[in-house]
Amino acid sequence: MTLVFCRTYLSLLMLINYLPVILIMGFAVLLAVVMVKFSTLFGPQRPNKEKQSTYESGMEPIGSARDRFSVKYYMVAVSFIVFDLEVVFLYPWAISFLNFPPQQMLYSLIIALLFILILVVGLIYEYKKGVLNWD
Amino acid sequence: MPDWSIDIIITLIKIVVVELVLLTGVAYTVYAERRVSAFIQHRYGPNRVGYQGLLQPLADVFKLIMKEDIVPERANKFVHSLAPAISLFVALSTFAVIPFGDKILIAGKEIKLQIADVNIGVLYILALLSLGVYGITLSGWSSNSKYSLLGGLRSSAQMISYELSMGLAVLGLILINSSFRLDTIVMNQYGWKWNIILQPIGFITFLVASFAETNRTPFDLPEAEQELVGGYHTEYSSTKFALFFMAEYAAVIVSSAIITTLYLGGWQFPYLQTFGLPDMAVSIIQVLTFCGKTAFMVFFFIWVRWTIPRFRYDQLMNIGWKVMLPAALTNLILTAIVITIIKLNS
Repeated sequence: MTLVFCRTYLSLLMLINYLPVILIMGFAVLLAVVMVKFSTLFGPQRPNKEKQSTYESGMEPIGSARDRFSVKYYMVAVSFIVFDLEVVFLYPWAISFLNFPPQQMLYSLIIALLFILILVVGLIYEYKKGVLNWD
Repeated sequence: MPDWSIDIIITLIKIVVVELVLLTGVAYTVYAERRVSAFIQHRYGPNRVGYQGLLQPLADVFKLIMKEDIVPERANKFVHSLAPAISLFVALSTFAVIPFGDKILIAGKEIKLQIADVNIGVLYILALLSLGVYGITLSGWSSNSKYSLLGGLRSSAQMISYELSMGLAVLGLILINSSFRLDTIVMNQYGWKWNIILQPIGFITFLVASFAETNRTPFDLPEAEQELVGGYHTEYSSTKFALFFMAEYAAVIVSSAIITTLYLGGWQFPYLQTFGLPDMAVSIIQVLTFCGKTAFMVFFFIWVRWTIPRFRYDQLMNIGWKVMLPAALTNLILTAIVITIIKLNS
């Protein structure tokens, strides 16, 4: 019982460090919402059909913007997920690397290099397949 | 008064002061940009409102507030208002973990000059920077305009591509500091041991990625005027437009502060402790050092914008994936190997 209590207390103590983060986020949200609300407070409100139509260099809008777009953007997003996960997996290794004893350091370096190598092979494959070409 | 309530009041004061300085900084960065660009192009720039045009930002704010807020008929109304709010939220709350000074002693109480002293500072910054993509993508999609959509798409692809190199560049720093804490990273840069000297490739990668993340020239494809009118904020007016504008310049200031903290020694003034100044003066000089370095980086952002032309989109993506990513990986591997060699020899 005491142990559970101590644990909860400790985790609360950890969270107290994040209170300023929550406060500043609250401040930012407040300011952003107030500013968005501000937009209709002072300015004139005289909407008409021409004014509210989508801007297209003064011409009548043709079709809708909800249309299909190039598949390249999708490819970039997929590659991003793979490589971003790689970066995320490297963070725990990077932060503990200096604290390894010397004999384990070489081992951990080789493991990390292997991990990076696999992804570099993936990058080269993408490169050869022309996923990264934009012309 | 109990101890914790004093702490909360101190935190609130810090937040208000930092945000006020940041917002004033935003207003005067816009002014500085217009004056510096005028200087670079042999023009005068704004010099009529107040002494040397110093009241120009204030006049601009009033003008924008008094404008009509036009929401396009076919736009998604809620998301259209949400997007600028997200952009500003990200820009304002990133400053929470940046240390702008060491410690200051006021009325016998030691106050840390950092809003939130959390042990995941670097991760917090990277997380919020990736949130910034949402503001631009959502604004581009919700306006239901072709220019906005293209701007938003380009921007999201660009930002996620350069985010990779940014994260990888920071990894090199974490390897040598073994900590996510920004104050530890600054502490380790005493004297001239700045990370720009220890991590030159990482610094350049991070700098270029910062330019891309803030959508500044040479990477300002999302709002390339000649082809996309205003890019993602084509359909915005009044305060909502002002929010995007503020968010962009706040992002420039915050990026400068991050670069200063990570690579240029943060608030460290080389060999300040050896001068034998009183504690208070030391603290103030350190805060001023931080502001000075940040201001220099802001000036650098402006300088680059008015000197270098814009990339083509294929060049931009090529640099992101074929130059920046390998460079950041090389930096990481080199750092790890050098650390291992040093450790094994000692």
